[in-house]
Amino acid sequence: MRADPAGVLTGVHYLDGDFACGEGAMAAGCRFVAGYPITPSTEVVERIARRFPRMGGTFVQMEDELASMAAVVGASWTGTKSMTVTSGPGFSLMMENIGLAVMMETPCVVVNVQRGGPSTGLPTMVGQADMMQARWGSHGDYELIALCPQSPQEAFDLTIDAFNLSEQYRVPVLVMMDECVGHMTEKVIVRPAEDIEVVPRRLTAAPRGEFQPYRVDGRPVPEFARAGDGYRFHTTGLTHDERGYPVMNAECQEKCVRRLVDKIRGSAEQIVRFEEEGTEGADIVVVCYGITARVARLAVHLARERGVKAGVLRLVVVWPFPEQRIRELARHIRAFVVPEINYGQIVLEVERCAAGQAAVVPVPHGGGGVHDPSAICQSILRAAQ
Amino acid sequence: MSRTEIRITGFGGQGVVLAGYIIGRACAIEAGRHATLIQSFGPEARGSACSATLAVCDTEVLYPYIQRPDIFVVMSGEGYERYRAELKDDGVLIYEKDLVHPTPGAPDKAPLRLREGPAGPRAYGIPSTRIAESLGRAMVQNIVMVGFFTAVTQLVSRAQMRAAVQASVPPGTEELNLKAFDAGCAFFDTTYGEAAQSPALPASG
Amino acid sequence: MNTGNAELGTTGAGPGPADAAPEEHPIAPYVRMDRMPHIWCPTCGIGTVVKCFATALGETGVDLDKVAVVSGIGCTGRVAGYMKLDGFHTTHGRAIPFATGLKLGRPELHVTVFSGDGDLVGIGGNHFIHAARRNMDLLVILVNNFIYGMTGGQNAPTTPLTAKTSTMPFGNFERPFNLAHLAASCGASYVARWTCLHVRQLTWGLKDAIQRRGFRFVEVIAPCSTLYARLNKLGTGFNLMQFYHDNAEVRHGADTREVDIGFQDKIVCGKFVDDPRPTFLEMMDEHYRKILGDKYVPMPPAGGFIPDPDSCGNPDPNRHRDGAAASPRGPTP
Ligand SMILES: Cc1ncc(C[n+]2csc(CCOP(=O)(O)OP(=O)(O)O)c2C)c(N)n1
Ligand code: SF4
Ligand SMILES: [Mg+2]
Repeated sequence: MRADPAGVLTGVHYLDGDFACGEGAMAAGCRFVAGYPITPSTEVVERIARRFPRMGGTFVQMEDELASMAAVVGASWTGTKSMTVTSGPGFSLMMENIGLAVMMETPCVVVNVQRGGPSTGLPTMVGQADMMQARWGSHGDYELIALCPQSPQEAFDLTIDAFNLSEQYRVPVLVMMDECVGHMTEKVIVRPAEDIEVVPRRLTAAPRGEFQPYRVDGRPVPEFARAGDGYRFHTTGLTHDERGYPVMNAECQEKCVRRLVDKIRGSAEQIVRFEEEGTEGADIVVVCYGITARVARLAVHLARERGVKAGVLRLVVVWPFPEQRIRELARHIRAFVVPEINYGQIVLEVERCAAGQAAVVPVPHGGGGVHDPSAICQSILRAAQ
Repeated sequence: MSRTEIRITGFGGQGVVLAGYIIGRACAIEAGRHATLIQSFGPEARGSACSATLAVCDTEVLYPYIQRPDIFVVMSGEGYERYRAELKDDGVLIYEKDLVHPTPGAPDKAPLRLREGPAGPRAYGIPSTRIAESLGRAMVQNIVMVGFFTAVTQLVSRAQMRAAVQASVPPGTEELNLKAFDAGCAFFDTTYGEAAQSPALPASG
Repeated sequence: MNTGNAELGTTGAGPGPADAAPEEHPIAPYVRMDRMPHIWCPTCGIGTVVKCFATALGETGVDLDKVAVVSGIGCTGRVAGYMKLDGFHTTHGRAIPFATGLKLGRPELHVTVFSGDGDLVGIGGNHFIHAARRNMDLLVILVNNFIYGMTGGQNAPTTPLTAKTSTMPFGNFERPFNLAHLAASCGASYVARWTCLHVRQLTWGLKDAIQRRGFRFVEVIAPCSTLYARLNKLGTGFNLMQFYHDNAEVRHGADTREVDIGFQDKIVCGKFVDDPRPTFLEMMDEHYRKILGDKYVPMPPAGGFIPDPDSCGNPDPNRHRDGAAASPRGPTP
């Protein structure tokens, strides 16, 4: 359906990534946000707190991130699109209830404006070291979706996409922004509401009494009933059957968790999204995401000037990981170069998919700044030798 | 790929970030170029030295931070001391005349040609605070500086920058801010004159 | 997950909702009979509280379609799963913030939090005090059994001094919370305490609380017959009930500073606080109306859900079951 115009600030703006993310959420139809202040993410909720009272939205500053995440899951069960926003330390606190959202199949969006870690780390400076936490941070086996914007424009666009994916797959979707993108101001175009496609919550049409909250009938995701619509359903973080009732045995675990995992794995090829530049016939492919993708493209230009056939694969969706494409490329290229603002996270995935068919060269950066393009270029040149 | 790097610095409360925002907006929206603004955050932004940087490019800005600015706008002595060394050798210094006292040809980097006149001045001073006060509000000092900046650098046209000022200041203050902008431009015209050709902007990268 | 004896209680005997033929039981409309027998031990007090809550709901005549129950984790935490209402069994300690989201996401809901002492004021204590401070419009029913039941009888922030628990084998030396005083001093607009022995008073008390607004805290003293009683050699559930009978006294309006509970000491019950101050949502509405005037667009009572105009077949979410349309979404500014 088309976006609700009340949330769409159509026009050409000069906005930072945090504000753009907030605008994306409102354009996507988000009407509930719970959050707890943390640099460098707070501007997202500050923007929303100012605009929500004019569009029927409610922002509440909770007592901590545990509460913020729990409130978001609760609000989503009313059919209200919901989001929370945080950075590393708060992201850690949200993990248990992100797992709850996965288990209850609750659509919601979590924005992590990544800063340097571990612990309190570098509150005001960039990092990309929460990428594995995004994938594995909550306990148990699960799959979810994570997106990485590289600019304020993408902070806007991908936040809308995050809401849409969360509705489509009934899964929490993470917007893994970084401080650099969050705090950089650039031109952001907000399309008119009628040009913004949003995925509405798919409500069940089942008669009351017949509805089962986790019955799928062969579809990847079940139909949704809002709290208060008279379905009187039950949902739980325990392993459950189609009625949403807890069942404590291995068979039910297999059925319940298998489907949660498969609904993402089985659609991974539709969900994955990446952009390629110059990978055709390349010897070296730089795999990158977020702010590092921009710096890496500069490095690739430098390397090409030196005669290296280098290309870029930019991950827009990081989780699920584009395994298939990396495998294909591995058969044709000499090496992957993987710059990221951490000591080696996504590079592990690249290594796994390359499976020895191509070399994999990490270009780590501890955080607090972005890579020097010439350092990435050096790695490309070395890998090409 | 012509790229212009700018640093704007001053003390908290001078509107450093707003000045950067207006210049960035003028480049990115009014002039259709690409402009990435980064502002200093956290304790630094609240302390005495406050700073914003801009990378302006005809194509997408890939590297968001600046390395050596082509233009250094400085509104406090502390900001000058802190960042003077990074200004490009052939860069342009724009400074608050009453608050900043550039040291010509100081031995530590940042050689400055402070000759003012038709021969091509590289450093341009303006008593922007005094001008703002004469307009009734010291607060618009940053906008006076933006006007002066526009006249000095010709990075975008005066009309484009004016539109960015209008779109960026709090509603209800447009008139005063545009007056401040015009005063900044006028100071350039009278002090550095028509004859003093503004330098073509140095381009890096 | 249940390292205590709770799982042994699946025979369904005892005071819980399963002790009668499902079809005929008066609380059948409120309870998921298809989930019986429940997991609670025979003579556990939790079932009685559920029964009283169900009766209270029935007597108030509130639209059950609009009632949601949220629980955390624990023996009491299972309540959300047994009531035939929209029921949310969440994570340990987070029932109150989850419920806050439900309430703010659809303001017309009656949201009840039903959970244990460890859940609500141990791990979830921070949420408890803040929800009370905000006067968030929630009814919080806390079953205080002085112990962590589900995990096998560990010390709780409510365990009376000297009482034995599995992690305080020599007796508890930590001072427990006086929950009524905690809630009252944090700003709860309604604070009461009952025991699960006093079924009539408890039912009346819950009914009273359902009919108020704001953060309503009802503490119900209920025996953990299996663990607390055994560890402290207090006999059976019956003996505990007898103790409540002899030692509970009703003192409406009692000063909450004076109602703390010692080990095997008297239990002061009653309605301590009933101060209908504005709730979070009322304060927010009034404030925005004052500051923003016509520009303020409140979330509709039916929530911030934005229906798909093209969808057919789905129930109109802005329509109550009785056909009354909820207030429409506000105009777009
Ligand atoms: C994060 C987390 N920590 C610990 C537990 C284990 N746990 C489950 S229930 C419980 C205590 C419940 O005590 P209470 O709330 O008093 O409920 P009761 O069983 O006594 O009704 C604990 C510690 C958990 N489920 N989650
Ligand atoms: S609280 Fe105690 S008596 Fe009740 S079910 Fe749990 S372990 Fe059994
Ligand atoms: Mg307990």
